[in-house]
Amino acid sequence: MSDQEYTPKSRVGKWFNDRLPLLTLANHLTDYPTPKNLNYWWTFGGILTFCLITQIVTGLVLAMHYIAHADMAFDSVEHIMRDVNYGWLIRYIHANGASMFFLAVYIHIFRSLFYGSYKAPREVIWIIGIIIYLLMMAAAFMGYVLPWGQMSFWGATVITNLFSAIPLVGEGIVTWLWGGYSVDNPTLTRFFTLHYLIPFLILGLVVLHIWALHVPGNNNPVGIDIKKPSKDTVPFHPYIVIKDGFALLMFMIVFAFFVFYTPNILGHADNYIEADPLVTPAHIVPEWYLLPFYAILRSVPDKLLGVVAMLSAIFILAALPWLDTSKIRSAVFRPLYRQFYWILVADVLILGYVGAMPAEGLYLLIARVATAYYFLHFLVILPVLGYKEKTLPIPLSITEPVLGGSPSLAPAKMKERSKHK
Amino acid sequence: MKNFFRILIILTIVIGSQTNTNAAEKVEYLKTDWSFKGLFGKFDRGALQRGYQVYTEVCSSCHSMKYLSYRNLAEKGGPEFTEAQAKAIAASFEVIDGPNADGEMFTRPGKLSDKFVMPYENVKAAQAANGGAYPPDMSVLVKARGGGVDYIYSLLQGYEDPPAGIVLDEGVYYNKYMYGNKIKMANQLSNGLVEYADGTNSTVEQMSKDVTTFLMWAAEPHLESRHQMGFKAILYLIILTILVYFSMKRIWSRIETEV
Repeated sequence: MSDQEYTPKSRVGKWFNDRLPLLTLANHLTDYPTPKNLNYWWTFGGILTFCLITQIVTGLVLAMHYIAHADMAFDSVEHIMRDVNYGWLIRYIHANGASMFFLAVYIHIFRSLFYGSYKAPREVIWIIGIIIYLLMMAAAFMGYVLPWGQMSFWGATVITNLFSAIPLVGEGIVTWLWGGYSVDNPTLTRFFTLHYLIPFLILGLVVLHIWALHVPGNNNPVGIDIKKPSKDTVPFHPYIVIKDGFALLMFMIVFAFFVFYTPNILGHADNYIEADPLVTPAHIVPEWYLLPFYAILRSVPDKLLGVVAMLSAIFILAALPWLDTSKIRSAVFRPLYRQFYWILVADVLILGYVGAMPAEGLYLLIARVATAYYFLHFLVILPVLGYKEKTLPIPLSITEPVLGGSPSLAPAKMKERSKHK
Repeated sequence: MKNFFRILIILTIVIGSQTNTNAAEKVEYLKTDWSFKGLFGKFDRGALQRGYQVYTEVCSSCHSMKYLSYRNLAEKGGPEFTEAQAKAIAASFEVIDGPNADGEMFTRPGKLSDKFVMPYENVKAAQAANGGAYPPDMSVLVKARGGGVDYIYSLLQGYEDPPAGIVLDEGVYYNKYMYGNKIKMANQLSNGLVEYADGTNSTVEQMSKDVTTFLMWAAEPHLESRHQMGFKAILYLIILTILVYFSMKRIWSRIETEV
């Protein structure tokens, strides 16, 4: 952190700050030099913080009324919906909030992929982000189990059963996870405990994520290193604060539309049927945000290999800073990578679609091709592209393209920094 | 900025369409105009009261509604019976209470605070009386079925003779909207089955619509306040967004960058 020495003006402030430099921290956060050319894709970090806080606050209220017991969980959720003052509002915000959280996190991740934000010196920010994403998936999955509807119960059964694929100890591990010989009350109570715990772990990691970000500073759409503070940066407050606020409000309008007008569209109807261990639903599908991984899991005929493929699909992201060999960060200056980027986006959306479909016939074939391509992208295309691609010349400073009014290449002072030959 | 919107819209559509396709089998459901759909959707009070009548006189002999209480009938946003009416309705049911000071269970007339009386003592009794099929609890039924209100509305009118070649077991009926077309509930509605207190002609279509409206309210008792609050909340957000947009423009005009 390149802050100049900060001294509070008041004597009390100085006294306190000498003992606990909170004011220095606040000063750092408001003055934090941010690239002035950040576009709206960069506002999702703030939006995600909002999502996390919203989930924690609504979750706390829900936990006051929810009963984590197999016989009473479903009833207590209906009690919240009917008799708790504004319980329906709190629950719908929490349930749709999970979807909004994932919508925002996917945009955030794909922004990072497009602008190469995971590359040196930001690998640690990226890896912390992947851990947060993993924890989010765990929290969301366990949260979906809590209402104890049919999808809760059978989703939990399917997912926990994946551990039985582990050779030798698999069955034992599943029994240990369940706390019995099937998904039942002990499973529900431990899922509730963990569902309550994980958001606070995420919160801690978010602090680290932001801390790690504030060391090198933000990447930017041009993807070049900038001097901080300089003509290329603006102080975080008020410039970025108001811009993030504006984007957050637009996000909240979408959020509110889901909560107030189609609160159940992102859930599955079967989850309004109380869990019944004797009746299996026709199709067991996870929530939409887990569908691409579900498709990868099902596209492999062998159970163990399927689980390995699914987990690899997530963990491969952590290795991304080293798989991508290109020195150029932003896809704006990488014409080939840009094409492959959009193919990857399409590939993931296709995986999500087939994940919702029954695993048979054409759907299964598409899932297999899309799974293969997913790994091909990260393991072959990205490493090779770094050596083969002819990148465009990148500007010296972000002020050039910004002042030129054109988002990409202003001529003038350009330095041939492309890697070819 | 434009790109940003375009992609956001595409994403929303993709997610929306994905969940739509979750709803398994596609059959064209019968359509009717529901008063509770849309930004300002409200329940039709008359339909709710008639629907309650259909539920009590027809459905309730097999289907429970365990999450509803008689007090709900007088609450705002529901059928809005007067409190006296709701009390009278409650009192017309026998409720088992106790144990009393002697340790005996006893029956008494229902009160507003009582839950809807269940038709059977337990699931097993319900199954025994219905050829092994458990008539599902109706409290959240419309939310628990893929097609929602349209599905229930269609199902009630979907009974026909089975097409040639389909053999039905004893106690199984053919319904064109049911999953797999086989249903253990016989056709319950026939023209003129109930005599509506408000004089409405009780056709099968009318009763289906009324009782489905009632079930929608039962599943979403706060739907009206949700719609009202939603409109206010979104309007407030839009106005605030516009104000913040202009403040942002103002602040960013201090430096030359476009925002």
